[in-house]
Amino acid sequence: MVNIAIQTDGLSVVRGGRPVLTDLSCSIASGQITGLLGPSGCGKSTLIRAIVGVQKVASGTVTVLGAPAGSAGLRRRVGYVTQAPSVYPNLSIADNVRFFARVLDAPRSEIDEVIEQVGLIDHRNALVSALSGGQLSRASLAVALLGNPPVLLLDEPTVGLDPVLRVELWGMFRRLADEGTTLLVSSHVMDEAQWCDRLLLMRDGDILASDSPEGLCTSTQTDTVGDAFLHLIRGQSADDPARTPPEPDEPIGRHRVRHL
Amino acid sequence: MNPRITLAIALRVLAQLRHDRRTVALLLIVPCLLMALLWWIYIDSPQVFDRVGGPLLVVFPFVIMFLITSVTTLAERTSGTLERLLAMPMNKVDFLLGYALAFAVVAIVQSALTSGLALWLLDLSVAGSVLSLMVIAVLNSILGTALGLLVSAFAQTDFQAVQFMPAFVVPQILLCGLIAPRDTLPGALSAISDLLPLSYSVDAINEVTANPAWSSDLSFNAAIVAAFTLGSLILGAATLRRRTG
Repeated sequence: MVNIAIQTDGLSVVRGGRPVLTDLSCSIASGQITGLLGPSGCGKSTLIRAIVGVQKVASGTVTVLGAPAGSAGLRRRVGYVTQAPSVYPNLSIADNVRFFARVLDAPRSEIDEVIEQVGLIDHRNALVSALSGGQLSRASLAVALLGNPPVLLLDEPTVGLDPVLRVELWGMFRRLADEGTTLLVSSHVMDEAQWCDRLLLMRDGDILASDSPEGLCTSTQTDTVGDAFLHLIRGQSADDPARTPPEPDEPIGRHRVRHL
Repeated sequence: MNPRITLAIALRVLAQLRHDRRTVALLLIVPCLLMALLWWIYIDSPQVFDRVGGPLLVVFPFVIMFLITSVTTLAERTSGTLERLLAMPMNKVDFLLGYALAFAVVAIVQSALTSGLALWLLDLSVAGSVLSLMVIAVLNSILGTALGLLVSAFAQTDFQAVQFMPAFVVPQILLCGLIAPRDTLPGALSAISDLLPLSYSVDAINEVTANPAWSSDLSFNAAIVAAFTLGSLILGAATLRRRTG
């Protein structure tokens, strides 16, 4: 059986008076890559922030590795990359990583290791302000790899990357998952689903489907995840234009494809 | 609280400054130039320069540290680096002390330059010791840092942060005794002046310029400035939230 690394139950988040997540329940298996897919503004970043524990939550619970999200014991065990590259522009890549390594008390040897992992070792002494968008997000990713955290939450890490780098980065995610790291990777690019073990399809603040890429295509009788997503949305609006919340007896979490 | 993290943050802030030579030059040279300008304005009446020169030694570091801190911490709040740090095992106090420590180092260099210039080149008459002058100047720059950290919580953009300077700092400069002695202010203004931290800074520096020894009045004023600093740091810590909307 697969262990559950992250679990949310009835999670609701309201931002600026607007509901962003409504009664969202899902579980994320450990040691796998789970892709969090959905259009911009559907609540992916908010869900990730809630799992990190930096998001104010209206109701519901989020459990990470058996502890409440954001609790002190988790701060060393969860690596987090925000959508905005959270590094200091007027420092070099190496200085940035060195600073965060000091904060985390990670060994100095890891500094070059993580820079190498994201393929920026040739630029280690370059100022972050001089990097391209793709290099910037990889510099931010390097910081998240410090201390080898068992859970990695990556918010759109491949935006702005050329296809070669994208494949390389997903290759690295795969190696990390093979070593036992749990990865939750958000993206609004549907074809990134091919590299994931599991998918959470999100729309309007709720999970539309949770399945493996193959399972999703089989159950919707489609060839690609993008088509499956469209199929689910159409099925949903034909079935229920008012978009009422899910019935309480409905199974939640994995292996659920709703409103077919 | 964790000294390792506090030091890491202080070193990082200083490393950022090292890459920004223009800011460092502005930080260190502009106060000296302004002091020299003031000396020139009052070249024919040195007693006026003696009266306002002392207070300016605390007003400059206060204003500059206030500005630089509010803008840098705002950048930290908006860029996501603060969120990342708060998701790490970092205490909010480490963050604030790290900033205070880094800017205290800058303040010491700045005060040494401005005081040295005023004392030895521009002949500002100071009865007290150079050391007590420096202590008060550095204490004030840390006050500026603490207030800057606090107000950065109420600004959403750099423009707003800069506008807090006329809103929070200029009234303090007008009422601190630099323009008119505090006991000559109208009753209500004098009462307001008693509530503002910079008033006690200027009282302290006036003690230093007037008395050769460290007086009890000086201890009292310095303690009030320190209390305001500590209070702002505590309030500033309260504005750093791990969980935000």
